[in-house]
Amino acid sequence: MDLELMINSLPKLLSAAVITLKLLSVSLIIGLFIGLFFAILRLNKNIFINRFAYGYSYVFRGTPLLVQIFIIYFGLGQIEYLRSTVLWVILKEPYWCAIIAFALNTGAYTSEILRSAFQTIKPGIIEAGKSLGISNKVIFYKIQIPIAIRQSLPAYGNEIILMMKGTSLASTVTIMDLTGVAKYIISTTFKPIEVFIVAGGIYLFMTFIIHNVIKFLEKKYSFN
Amino acid sequence: MMNIFKKTIFSVLFSLLIIGNVNADKIKIGTEGAYPPWNSKDASGKLIGFEVELAYTLCRYIGQQCEIVEQDWDGMIPALIMRKFDAIMAGMSITAERQKAISFSQGYADEVASLAVMKGSDLEGMNTPEGINLTLGGSGVKKTLKTLTGALAGKTVCTQTATIHQNFLESGDVGKINLRTYKTQDEVNLDLASGRCDVALAAAVAFTDYAEKSGKPVVLVGPTFSGGAFGNGVGVGIRKDDTELLKAFNKAIEKARKNGDISRIATKWFGFDASM
Repeated sequence: MDLELMINSLPKLLSAAVITLKLLSVSLIIGLFIGLFFAILRLNKNIFINRFAYGYSYVFRGTPLLVQIFIIYFGLGQIEYLRSTVLWVILKEPYWCAIIAFALNTGAYTSEILRSAFQTIKPGIIEAGKSLGISNKVIFYKIQIPIAIRQSLPAYGNEIILMMKGTSLASTVTIMDLTGVAKYIISTTFKPIEVFIVAGGIYLFMTFIIHNVIKFLEKKYSFN
Repeated sequence: MMNIFKKTIFSVLFSLLIIGNVNADKIKIGTEGAYPPWNSKDASGKLIGFEVELAYTLCRYIGQQCEIVEQDWDGMIPALIMRKFDAIMAGMSITAERQKAISFSQGYADEVASLAVMKGSDLEGMNTPEGINLTLGGSGVKKTLKTLTGALAGKTVCTQTATIHQNFLESGDVGKINLRTYKTQDEVNLDLASGRCDVALAAAVAFTDYAEKSGKPVVLVGPTFSGGAFGNGVGVGIRKDDTELLKAFNKAIEKARKNGDISRIATKWFGFDASM
């Protein structure tokens, strides 16, 4: 065990963890909106809209995240027509390709989490709102959405942790995130065990923080 | 019932032990399988290339059976140290940095590195000499590096991770550039073709091979590079404590060179004699 290497690589890995957190937070925010949008589509009675939303979540939950990143990064990069459009400004950057892949992936899971949360809301609550003369729109925004979000907190916390670990795949498209920098240090020191232990420790610490934040929110918004 | 279960487990373990022993007699050689023409894979997934053929030839001279195993480039040296295999033949140049971790046999082949761009790039037609040797140095080399520093400023330069090419680009010889590193050379080629990379650095043959096979208009620009950060040829990487195997490989390379085997195999795969 090369303790000196572990200590020396810690600052580099910590600053790379910032990139990881950036990737995570940006994709989670975009993914949450995508998820909410598709969850609402899933509740729609129109069969085409419903099937479309289902198809999206089916495809993105049914394929590996790594494959999705590769298709978006290397796959789309091969289409000559695309390279002449404005889209290429975004797709040219590895960072945005990773964000798009992560956001679409977490969006698919989030839409399922929110959908099931919407469906578990007791009809009595909505009926109570109606009996008070509150409009359907207000019931949806002020009653259904808040309850659904609270309901889905435990599952969504899991999704955040899974996504945090998923961001390590960004290193496959040249992004120097925590895993990318760890691999870089290994490529010059040839000591994978030491460096990956430190990197793993940082991931574990981030999980610890996320876990506790979610637990705190769960308690705060508890129904009891 | 329990008895049959126990017997099965026992026999499976026993046969694994035997297989392990059979393999122990073989020299295991690690290669990447993604760096043509040095080493690559054919359509069926079989490892082929200059080093694969050379490895079997060297093993014949050593008089032992060989097994070639595949290993990702960025984990090559750690895998050798952890005894996943006994020798590396993966287009790995002999550099001082690597020699801190492992030993190298004498070199068996050498290659020059080159920059490459897509046809129509503004880097085409750079005014530089044909080739520079960084070990020799001199005013010509300095002038060329200065030209390159100016030409590469602000450009995205792509290369494979943990290579001599990355070392050179990070050495500061060509100033501050926007460096991007990839796991394999294939990915470097893909992003050069897509336009994400303005320019790429690798073995010249890696680009010419790609241009030929893909039909993409990849062209070499600037000088060819050798010496300095580019090391002293490509050799067999061996664990430091494995002095016997190192001796055996050195002897085998000597013999293969004398008999013209290395030249013959190199010419077959490179199209020119890259042996040394």
